[in-house]
Amino acid sequence: MKPRVPAIATLLPLLLGACQYQHYQSDFGRAGVEDNQFLTLFTIFLIVCGVMYLLVIGFLFAAIARSRRLEANTVETGRHHRSDPLMSTTLIGWGALIGVGLAGLAIASFFTDRSMAKAATGEKLSVTLTGNQWWWDIVYNSADASKTLRTANELHLPVGVPTRIILNSNDVIHSFWVPSLAGKEDLIPGRENDITIVPKKKGIYRGQCAEYCGAQHAHMALVVVVDSYPDFLKWWHHQLEPAPMPTTPLAMAGYKYVTGGPCSACHNIAGTAAGGQVAPDLTHLAGRKSLAAGTLPMTEGNLYGWVEDPQSLKPGVKMPTIGMEPDKLHAVVAYLETLK
Amino acid sequence: MTDIRADSFDAMPAGERERIRVEEENRRLSQERKKIARDGPKLMGEKLEARLEVTWRRPPGIIGWLASVDHKEIGRRYIVTALLFLALGGVLALAMRVQLARPDSALIGAERYNQIFTMHGSTMMFLFAVPVMEGVGVYIIPLMLGTRSTAFPRLNAFSYFMYLFGGLLLWGAFILNIGPDVGWFAYTPLSGPQFSPGKRADIWAQMITFTEVSALAAAVVLVCTILKARAPGMTLARMPLFAWAMLVQAVMIIFAMPAVALASSMLISDRLVGINFYNAVEHGDALLWQHLFWFFGHPEVYIIFIPATGFVSMITETFCRRPVFAHAVVVLALISTGILAFGLWVHHMFATGLPRVGYSFYTAASMSVSIPTGLQIFCWLATMWDGRPRLQVPMLYVVGFIITFVIGGLTGVMVAAVPLDLQLHDTYFVVAHFHYVLIGGAVFPLLGVLTYWFPKITGRMMSETLGKITFWLTFIGFHMTFFPMHWSGLLGMPRRVYTYPAGLGLEVPNLISSIGAFVLATAVLLFVLNGLFSLYRGAIATPNPWGAATLEWATSSPPPVYNFAHIPVVESNTPLWDLDGELPVVTGLRVDEKETLLTTVVAATPDVREPVPAASLWPFISAIAVGIVFIASIFSPWALAVGVIPCAIALTAWFWPKELKRHPEPVIS
Repeated sequence: MKPRVPAIATLLPLLLGACQYQHYQSDFGRAGVEDNQFLTLFTIFLIVCGVMYLLVIGFLFAAIARSRRLEANTVETGRHHRSDPLMSTTLIGWGALIGVGLAGLAIASFFTDRSMAKAATGEKLSVTLTGNQWWWDIVYNSADASKTLRTANELHLPVGVPTRIILNSNDVIHSFWVPSLAGKEDLIPGRENDITIVPKKKGIYRGQCAEYCGAQHAHMALVVVVDSYPDFLKWWHHQLEPAPMPTTPLAMAGYKYVTGGPCSACHNIAGTAAGGQVAPDLTHLAGRKSLAAGTLPMTEGNLYGWVEDPQSLKPGVKMPTIGMEPDKLHAVVAYLETLK
Repeated sequence: MTDIRADSFDAMPAGERERIRVEEENRRLSQERKKIARDGPKLMGEKLEARLEVTWRRPPGIIGWLASVDHKEIGRRYIVTALLFLALGGVLALAMRVQLARPDSALIGAERYNQIFTMHGSTMMFLFAVPVMEGVGVYIIPLMLGTRSTAFPRLNAFSYFMYLFGGLLLWGAFILNIGPDVGWFAYTPLSGPQFSPGKRADIWAQMITFTEVSALAAAVVLVCTILKARAPGMTLARMPLFAWAMLVQAVMIIFAMPAVALASSMLISDRLVGINFYNAVEHGDALLWQHLFWFFGHPEVYIIFIPATGFVSMITETFCRRPVFAHAVVVLALISTGILAFGLWVHHMFATGLPRVGYSFYTAASMSVSIPTGLQIFCWLATMWDGRPRLQVPMLYVVGFIITFVIGGLTGVMVAAVPLDLQLHDTYFVVAHFHYVLIGGAVFPLLGVLTYWFPKITGRMMSETLGKITFWLTFIGFHMTFFPMHWSGLLGMPRRVYTYPAGLGLEVPNLISSIGAFVLATAVLLFVLNGLFSLYRGAIATPNPWGAATLEWATSSPPPVYNFAHIPVVESNTPLWDLDGELPVVTGLRVDEKETLLTTVVAATPDVREPVPAASLWPFISAIAVGIVFIASIFSPWALAVGVIPCAIALTAWFWPKELKRHPEPVIS
């Protein structure tokens, strides 16, 4: 007994540690209709497969245990070893059992698939998501061009509303995957895919690119915020507003540098001269929860680090390290922080 | 021959017709036997063996080594080279596990990590798994079939050199830091000219071309050997299950490899001369690559797995002292697996947005593969039930195989279902699944069969004690490494990420996996040490140390260069268990030149005496010429135009006809 106690004592914190986390990027998130159906179907498969596995292992150990009782270990003599007819019948039965089990699972799978497709009809909101190495461009579509909203790396969805997400890519193949909500769908250049999601639970979830897309595949994440419908509308109206003019002199200096300098060649800030289209939209950057496609939490320190030297934080990222002087850096960060 | 007319023959009842056919066949056989005994001095016993040794021996020295066409030598090279690549791929796996042991780890950078996982996958699939199966096949199959050589022995030598050069290309590039970083699957457009400038992706694509040519050559060699070179009397129905497995595997290679040959050639032409097969902007299609690649890529898994089922059948038979239960069912299972494997490639593409109802077909096809596999597993278990398994090391690996592989098969059923796959695809769940299938399903049987055939290949036994320790370490290390990956996958960890953030619950399963990887590596190291130790210090092996039933155990351990002094004649499924006194043999083959006996495809009645090509440097020179074309075409399209000239010269010299001797021949009696 004695030596066991320390083993448990070391294992226990580990096991507790394994349980203490939020399911915000997990198949167990249960935050979307599809994910709930996934878990139901997964449980069915787990039970059926578990039973089959136990049958195989039972037979294996029974065969080994039985053989211990047999005495002779000699080869069957004679030309023709006759196998037990009972065993042949069992073989047919086993084949039939596998067939029936598989047919059952295939039918369960088919109906789950159909019901997922049905739950995802009647879309109320349409979003176009475009993959880029290594960030997400997000456009909330609207018939009225002035109501079309462009943002990046943070997707807001209203709870209970079926949202159709149109998937495109500007470069290589990516895959859109928010495990807590639904399964994945690829973003393929030259093709248009779509997936309809019905979020069921308010909260913040993390999505991540699930198709290898180059150097920083690991840092191509997406924050998904599921809000109540009124909160979503509030957010949406706020996002439609152009960036406010800075009020402090420091931020003003940053504003001049960002909108007139190198940043504006790639980035767009609505309401300013910065109109680049090849990098994430910065209009409401500081209101987002993360920086650089889910790589860093949005804090002042991280903003400093990112603007100063993105290549050391996300090596290979398309944003160059410019080598800004400290006073410029202060000004740029002060301006970016006003973009709430 | 016979006086029965065709019309009356047709009118007879089926049983009668069959009887007459058999009689006729027997009469023909006895006449054949008379024909092949010719004039000339007859040789027997030691004199015969000495004479055969002189005839079959390759020239000495380094030239002789390069020129050798002995299937045993080539098979040994294949196995040793593949195991070296296994070790290299394993070291890369350890590097990845060290990096992933902690969240936000910065030991290995993104670009280096991407190269490492690309190299790991490519090495394991193309440079280890397929070649090692072919190597074992090339070594064992002619012995198991009771013949002197493989068909086309020079092609066999050529295939090894092509494989070796492909491996050297890939690893040389990696060491020079121009190794590929596009994944072992090299999806376009990421691997295309726009997103992978430089030569990294070209090196991957040409390594594929080398191994394709090599695998195709070895497959042709194996198919022809199995169909035409079996000992007289070894009908298809009596053929050992390992030979059946290799036949199915080789035929699969012949059908699967052209798809990837086409795909990689199209990629090369996209990159080299801008054809834009895969470039959506220029009206190509990015998804085309995935169809072509997986049309090869899925059968590839079975190309690795099916020979392993052959290993399992042989070990089970020997250690249970019973022929495998329901031989015909196992054979049909192998064939149907081989066919079904070509109908389910789309299950790798469930997230690509193809029509969703159409996916159902691929779900059904993917699931149905588990029917033949399930039946095979039943047959092995029934054999164990019926016999009395001796739990020596090879058999332990079979037990470990069943416990492990079945888990992989069942998770395979899960990922075959579209709604489940959309969550599990490209996560660590899938990583766990295919390592259960490939390590549990192929590497466990391989380690078992290497222990099993080690005495045949080296003449010495591997240590049983060390072997048992190795088995348990392998088993524990494997499950410790890969079982937690199911969990990390379900917790949302995608594949091919060089790091992951803290707080997602991924820390514990990843740490356990990393520790397990080192246990597994220790086991592999122990296996190698056991092999090296036993090579010099192991107990001397008798011709048939395990008391097995198949013909490779009828000759000495290790076998002489000519395999058998007399080609055996087979009269049952388990020839060495059904002996009444001596093994019946064929007489009448010449001994002053390399000659073997070919038999008919189905009934294995003696057909023709076939001269076996002598050792030759030309396969090696041809491999160099072809290798230069492949490597140079990474850099310039002119390589193809200019480079074919040396290839043509080398191939012409290779196939230069030789004169046959006409004087009276000394023959075997």
